Amino acid sequence: MSSDDVAQFNLVISGVGGQGAVLASDIIGRAAVSAGLHVMAAETHGMAQRGGSVINHIRLGCECGSMIPLKGADLLMALEPAEALRYLDFLSEDGVVVMNTVPVYPVTVMSGISNYPEVDDIVDKLKQTHEVSAFDAFELAREAGHPQAMNVVMVGAVSKYLPIPKEILLESIKELVPKKTIDINVKAFELGREMV
Amino acid sequence: MSTRKYMLGNAAIARGIVEGGGQVISGYPGTPSSEIVDTLASMDQRDFYVEWSVNEKVALEVAAGAAMAGVRSVVTMKHVGLNVAADPFMTLTYMGVKGGMVVIVADDPGCHSSQNEQDTRRYADFGLVPCLDPATPQEAKDMIPYAFELSEKFEMPVIFRPTTRISHGKSDIELGSVRQERAEANFEKMPERWVMIPKHARIRHPHVLKIQDDIKKYVEDSAWNELSLNEGSRIGVISSGIASVYAKEALENLGVEASFLKIGAYPIPEGLVRQMLENSDTVLVIEEMEPIVEDAVKIIAYDSGLDVKILGKSADLVPRDGELNIDICERAIANAFGMDIKESSGYDVDVELPIRPPAMCAGCSHRAAYHAMKKAFGPDAIFPSDIGCYTLGLQSGTVDTTLCMGGSITVASGLYNAGEKSPICCSIGDSTFFHTGMNGLLNAVYNKSNITVALLDNRVTAMTGQQPNPGMGKLATGEPTVEISFEKLCRGLGAEFVELIDPYNLASSEEVFRRAKDFPGTSVVITTQPCVIAAKRAGIKRMPFVVDSEKCTGCKQCVKFGCPAIEFDAKEKKARINSLCTGCSACAQICKFDAISEVKK
Repeated sequence: MSSDDVAQFNLVISGVGGQGAVLASDIIGRAAVSAGLHVMAAETHGMAQRGGSVINHIRLGCECGSMIPLKGADLLMALEPAEALRYLDFLSEDGVVVMNTVPVYPVTVMSGISNYPEVDDIVDKLKQTHEVSAFDAFELAREAGHPQAMNVVMVGAVSKYLPIPKEILLESIKELVPKKTIDINVKAFELGREMV
Repeated sequence: MSTRKYMLGNAAIARGIVEGGGQVISGYPGTPSSEIVDTLASMDQRDFYVEWSVNEKVALEVAAGAAMAGVRSVVTMKHVGLNVAADPFMTLTYMGVKGGMVVIVADDPGCHSSQNEQDTRRYADFGLVPCLDPATPQEAKDMIPYAFELSEKFEMPVIFRPTTRISHGKSDIELGSVRQERAEANFEKMPERWVMIPKHARIRHPHVLKIQDDIKKYVEDSAWNELSLNEGSRIGVISSGIASVYAKEALENLGVEASFLKIGAYPIPEGLVRQMLENSDTVLVIEEMEPIVEDAVKIIAYDSGLDVKILGKSADLVPRDGELNIDICERAIANAFGMDIKESSGYDVDVELPIRPPAMCAGCSHRAAYHAMKKAFGPDAIFPSDIGCYTLGLQSGTVDTTLCMGGSITVASGLYNAGEKSPICCSIGDSTFFHTGMNGLLNAVYNKSNITVALLDNRVTAMTGQQPNPGMGKLATGEPTVEISFEKLCRGLGAEFVELIDPYNLASSEEVFRRAKDFPGTSVVITTQPCVIAAKRAGIKRMPFVVDSEKCTGCKQCVKFGCPAIEFDAKEKKARINSLCTGCSACAQICKFDAISEVKK
């Protein structure tokens, strides 16, 4: 079952509310439109944003609906390790995982109700079935100037897979991030891009 | 020059309102509808009036008044909001309108952020009004100017019903031109239209029934309904709204040759359905939630004497609850038409993942208020609650009921009057209190309920995205206005025990809650502290706190408080405060060992 005829590129972005998944998908979506592609995307808003698990679907070159079918995504971009594994079923068998390795512990873990698996175990599990790029995107964001730019590091990391020229993605970043953080975010993008 | 713009579905709907020449727009925030008014209210230049009303009934009546004056109006709400507004809605359909009026009701299949997943198309049918059900954000925008025209043509309000995937979807939108014409407000006195006494209602009801056929014919030919007959096939799929894009993709993926009817405008296009039925032996109806199209198709088949197998929810092929998706549609199509498909099995992930429920923010004043409330009332107390961020207090054991907006004080009264011996303390937020909580307090005081009301005032309508409310002294547009005093309001409603507390001061909050508990009658404790998100945006900064690991005994009292800023280091057996700390100081007050203190400058 492939969705290739319906959309040119299917991307799932997963993470935790507050990590900037919406901005990341905005950067990509807006750039794709500038590159002449139709875009359909679905976002998590509202209740799920308060530290909950979030998933965004982005379909580039798509004339249909915004929801990617199971095993329909070309790429899974995970801002958090557990959230990579949680949504793995959306990734096609030859799809690629690009993930940040720094966990965000849910309140249930911090108060001892549930356990967080070892990050290495998560990465190993993903590697059993898929090509995986896993790295500390927070460290790169800090290197770029601010840990909050982690989401843009991740956009940089997935950029080589996207059917969008790099320059257009950078334009989109400059338009969407706060003016005084443009330099930090451009650097974050570049550092992420070098990782993959 | 391209006019395509990448937009949120709700921003596209707002653009549709502008293009259609909307003049008065009212609404009450509710996910997934809120960003429509947010978008309009934050525009730099406006030639329309926009307001956040105090509830959906009020909002609908404001828009109805404007439409009576002949101007184009819109009211926005989430699906359950129409329950609140159902009273004016069901009579407005008899009255009709003069200026075009669009009732935007955003449904939430799958309950992403809602207490139920009712289907607004039922209300359209109930109220005998047309309903538009968009399949994409582009269609959503394009439907709004049409909805105004449709409303004006038949002098009827029109329901526009996006779902979460439309409202919170994003897409590149082809912008249209903005209608320049604006009607002058001109209220004509027509008692037989605007005064719905029984005599007039008995004339208007048959009128509304009489025009149904004309509405049907008009809507049937609209661009939103689309029939593609496949002469070589004897099977057909009928689908509506957002489900139609899933169904279409599923048909393509499976390579099925079938006739396809997409429905985007109601009443159901009978002629198109009949053509589909005449061309088919088996028809599968794929729609999200209620079997509205499916039931109508069966009636049409029966009335037309057509012997066609009609499948859908009735054959258990399409679920009646939750969201649909491409995978569900593929299975339904395969089962309906006897095809084999490879069931897509997931990957074998035998790692147990922790659940990640949404939680109150680090430093949220609701958490502190709940802590004091729970200590004062004890473990046996009953805590009815309401709808807002504070519903997330479910994990802290201070949310025992959540029925609907404003359903906290009233449920508390019912529990009391049932003879519950346990103390009862209910909680309700500032915006929810204005919405429908006030009536509940009035009722409790009047009927002598011995309960305590915790009015959690975080100075904003937070859950839906920081909308202003009458307690803030600020309009939707940011313009200053009168600031309603909760204390005076509660006293005005007859409450004799009304006290204000700073929830960040745990000891004094607990003391006030204890006195409120002992007060014979309805007592009100107003907790005032700005939402941490709003405070951060306003530039309010407090020094964060830190754990002295020498003093920390690892007793976990602070961890049990449940703040996302407090972690427990299992190896060191010590608590730790992370970067999320907003400096509320609650954990420092909870610590019995004086191990938590403010970071020194």
